[in-house]
Amino acid sequence: MRTTSIISIVAIGCLAATAAVAQKSAVQSIEDYRAMLADGNPSELFEAKGEDLWKQKRGPRNASLEACDLGKGPGVYKGAFVELPRYFADTGRVQDLESRLLTCMQNLQGFNADEIAKTAFGRGEQVNVTALATWLSAESKGMKFNLSQAHPQEKIAYEVGKRLFFQRGGPHDFSCASCHGQDNTRIRLQDLPNLTKNPGDGIGFAAWPAYRVSNGQMWGMQQRLNDCYRQQRFPYPGFGSDVTIAMGVYLGVNSAGSKSIAPALKR
Amino acid sequence: MADPMRIRAQVAGDKATVRVLMAHEMESGQRKDAAGKLVPAWHIAEVTATHNGKPVLTAEWGPAVSKNPFLQFVVKGAKAGDKIAVTWKDNKGDTRTDEATAS
Repeated sequence: MRTTSIISIVAIGCLAATAAVAQKSAVQSIEDYRAMLADGNPSELFEAKGEDLWKQKRGPRNASLEACDLGKGPGVYKGAFVELPRYFADTGRVQDLESRLLTCMQNLQGFNADEIAKTAFGRGEQVNVTALATWLSAESKGMKFNLSQAHPQEKIAYEVGKRLFFQRGGPHDFSCASCHGQDNTRIRLQDLPNLTKNPGDGIGFAAWPAYRVSNGQMWGMQQRLNDCYRQQRFPYPGFGSDVTIAMGVYLGVNSAGSKSIAPALKR
Repeated sequence: MADPMRIRAQVAGDKATVRVLMAHEMESGQRKDAAGKLVPAWHIAEVTATHNGKPVLTAEWGPAVSKNPFLQFVVKGAKAGDKIAVTWKDNKGDTRTDEATAS
């Protein structure tokens, strides 16, 4: 009798150990898969395209974007990405990288910014905006996020973003915080970062733009946030709208000091 | 006009490891669009690589290869400064060639 119970305890012990190994190897193999793909991250293709677009004379005014002011002065792009979104005196509003690119494309090249903002992701000029954002983010790769909170508008944007993050609504009574408000949670095998605090280097805000392997698309932060709202069954926010920019300020300020790995690679 | 490839050729010993990223839709011809119509196949059909102008690799590709494909191969006897060129041709007749210098 005694021997039997010892044997069964040993058997249960073995089972538990096997389960632990299996789970670890599943996560591990996903990590291996990502590492393998990172060697040939297709976002490099979009980087090359973006760099080309920055220098190329385009649009109704046949001008390049080389005089574009991303917050560090006209034409300065190194390190600009990790300080965005920020307040711009010329437009009188807080802008993120993608909305600022629209401003430059309108003012320098003569494109219609509203028209581009209304274009669906992955179509027409939106493809070029994403490619530009990819290249500009790559020019700040490895730098630490350092968003300004000096201007009152930037402080307001942070507070608005924070409220939006916790605002529940839609048919599922969801908020961003429902998924991203606690540590150590995941959906299937996707780890969910806690975005109410600094999630660390290269996680959350510090990982976009990114190439999504599963659908072969390059996504900027605007599209990432748009998809978050889709998953919550909210109405789509406008491209470069005050909502998505305020959210960017909240996430970006929370990520202060974390290194950007953009353009990253996602499942 | 097709977007450029990214080619890296790294020499180690008497071999060079070549990594190539190609920008291509690689439409399989199996998918349907929103209207229910079949999206016509559009993929790279032939890939060739040359080492200083001499062919070292030819491959026939089909619809099973992923979008924006990545290709890696080893060239024996390649030295730093050698030219590695890669060409793809798709089933619509579009083609693109890019060249890199081994280092």
